[in-house]
Amino acid sequence: MTNVGLARLQFGVTTSYHFLIVPLTIGMAFQLALLETLYWRRPTSEGRQLLDFFGRLFLINFAVGVVTGILLEFEFGMNWSNYARFVGDVFGAPLAIEALVSFFMESTFIAVWIFGWDRISPRIHAWSMWLVALGSSLSAFWILVANAFMQEPTGYRKVHGHAVMNNFLALLGNPQLWVEFPHTELAALCTGAFFVAGISAYYLQKGQYLNEFQQSFRTGIYVAAVTSILVIVAGHEQAQHLAAIQPMNLAVSEALWHTSSVHASWTLAAWVDPVRQINRFAVRIPYMLSILAYNRLSGRVMGIDTLQHMYMRRYGPGWYVPPVLITYWAFRFMILMGLLMAFMAVKGVFLERRKRLMKHPRFLKLMVYAVGLPLLGNLMGWVMAEVGRQPWVVYGLETTVQGVSPTVPIVDVWMTFIGFTLLYGILGVLDIYLLVKCIRLGPGTQESPDDMGLMEVNRSEEPPL
Amino acid sequence: MNLPALWFILIGVLFVGYFFLEGFDYGVGMLLPFVGRTDDERRAVLATIGPVWDANEVWLITAGGAIFSAFPNWYATLFSGFYLALALLITALILRGVALEFRSKDDGKWWRSLWDFVIWLGSTIPGFVWGVAMGNILHGMPINGHMDYIGGFFTLLNPYALAGGCATGLLFVLHGALYLSLKTPSPLRERSMRIARKMSRLTMVAYFGFVVLSYFFADFVNTFGIDPGPVPLLAGSSMVAVGFLLRSGLLGWAFAMTALTIFLSTMSVFLALYPRVIISRLNPAWDLTVYNAASNHYSLTVMSIVAISALPFVLAYQIWTYWIFRKRVSLHETFHY
Repeated sequence: MTNVGLARLQFGVTTSYHFLIVPLTIGMAFQLALLETLYWRRPTSEGRQLLDFFGRLFLINFAVGVVTGILLEFEFGMNWSNYARFVGDVFGAPLAIEALVSFFMESTFIAVWIFGWDRISPRIHAWSMWLVALGSSLSAFWILVANAFMQEPTGYRKVHGHAVMNNFLALLGNPQLWVEFPHTELAALCTGAFFVAGISAYYLQKGQYLNEFQQSFRTGIYVAAVTSILVIVAGHEQAQHLAAIQPMNLAVSEALWHTSSVHASWTLAAWVDPVRQINRFAVRIPYMLSILAYNRLSGRVMGIDTLQHMYMRRYGPGWYVPPVLITYWAFRFMILMGLLMAFMAVKGVFLERRKRLMKHPRFLKLMVYAVGLPLLGNLMGWVMAEVGRQPWVVYGLETTVQGVSPTVPIVDVWMTFIGFTLLYGILGVLDIYLLVKCIRLGPGTQESPDDMGLMEVNRSEEPPL
Repeated sequence: MNLPALWFILIGVLFVGYFFLEGFDYGVGMLLPFVGRTDDERRAVLATIGPVWDANEVWLITAGGAIFSAFPNWYATLFSGFYLALALLITALILRGVALEFRSKDDGKWWRSLWDFVIWLGSTIPGFVWGVAMGNILHGMPINGHMDYIGGFFTLLNPYALAGGCATGLLFVLHGALYLSLKTPSPLRERSMRIARKMSRLTMVAYFGFVVLSYFFADFVNTFGIDPGPVPLLAGSSMVAVGFLLRSGLLGWAFAMTALTIFLSTMSVFLALYPRVIISRLNPAWDLTVYNAASNHYSLTVMSIVAISALPFVLAYQIWTYWIFRKRVSLHETFHY
């Protein structure tokens, strides 16, 4: 394997892993903030147990999310130093702002939340979880500012072969950002909501802790229903924008080898043969692709062959087609997950409102498995966006091959690739082990900060320093 | 206004913040198995840094982001050049972060001792690696005309840099021991003080050893001359003061002095470098400086505005958290970690 291939694989593994965890923690922070606001308005011991319980699950994921994020910031320089030199002037800014504005906020207030139960007022305590939620969403925003620049460069000019920022507001007003951020943020909120609803459903179908978990099922399922519908709307917007700025990505996601007819049909599934460049056994929905791309029944969508010619004319000789199979199936899986999520969430709201939830144990059981739907959906969407961007690292400006570190020996890249993959694998196993353990134990069975010693803390202390 | 110089100072400030704050975190982690003997004692030790270590680490992340945005070439050369060293550092930070969170989530005996060991390891490695990095940065590295590092991993492990690693590692242990003696109850407090007293001599030897070596291996003499000026001299004096204050039992002051030593030593390193950010041992013309490594004026202006408006808020709420968690930890608390 080449240096570039290996560096890409490493970046793919480490980013995907991070991207599995982080939307979950963003969404869970909002769920916790909601639950705590309810608790603050009507303090009950059930409310507190619920917060402690989901707080424990949240913190396990949060820790893994935070530590796997450290590597990403360093990886741009370690494996992609030429990329860093080429775009650092533009790309570094959102990264630095992310750290300054959101990482400090979330790390500080998560600590206040964990350790502050008896040191600050309940109101400020609830606020600190809102600030964690805000901080982590701001972090999503700033990293997507950076990502949107890679997808659709704006606010720069080229000086001596480098991209140089010349308009910060254009960077923030990047149209790609404003379709990408709502889609991702809503997906994150939905992920957390499904998690909370799913875990609650687990207890409801077992008939345990009904008081506690009916409450959290409600907050979970309502947010899940609203966001899972909105995420589809936002995704549709993003796909239309993609048709305009990266027609190749859309063509590849559709495995559209040749330009479509005026009424473009959408293939639900097909046996895609990338070698012969044909699709066999395609199941088509007429007009659907035209609707998807333009909101109309008619409208041609350009095919891979036409676009390859156009790109060659614009950028010179080269192969501009991203891996078709991966993008094609990632897109379809994402859509499938999205539809299933919307169906489950709407049905859940329906049952909840009619108070018939407890009569549908099978639905509750399915809700537990539905926790995985948004996680997979997120991952597939990410794969489609990033694999579909190839061969560019910054669309139309620099290819991924050009971005790699020129003098890092391949042995070193192998070492870090194997090392981090193993490490992340172990972390994944431990994360799941602890989550399962905490869920099995349930709320109220673990040591609660309420029970002892807090009065002594206040009495026996002397001021530090 | 000279924005590259301003950003050089800002990055220096971020590193001062990082070394000062994470310095005692690492020290506490390195001392964990020695100060805490029972499980409750260890939980008390961890409780001293529990509410602050995560935000302290963000100082490093922010410093990394600031280098990336203000000096893309510095970032690219440094991070690809220190490739394996950084991978080691990140592995340590990853392990340490999850270890703190995971350790008390299961009460198996082997589980807790395993994570205590990981916390110790994850604190020792960064404490050492930073000194090695500092040594190499002062010594200069094989950088070619394209600003790329062309040495290997073992080029970085030269004796001078390893001496630097010992100096920072020990300084952080001392800093952490003093922090623990201010934040823990008896008998942890007495144990920490004993360790601090022992460590202060050893640290002094390592610290001044590294300073003396610097006259031979770094180009201190070119930048500072024989008389290094007020900042390094004050750094050395505060190091000497630690031992005296410890023996007089003025722990708070001793801690303030290790903090001052860290602050002034970091400043000295930055002063010794300026205006260079990376020294090429192959050709002085290939040095990276704040000018040839910097982003353009527009980008730096935007970032200056953002940094100067955000930093006061960040400082305010961080100081606020130190205020709410200012109390000495008690052995009768219920611990999160």
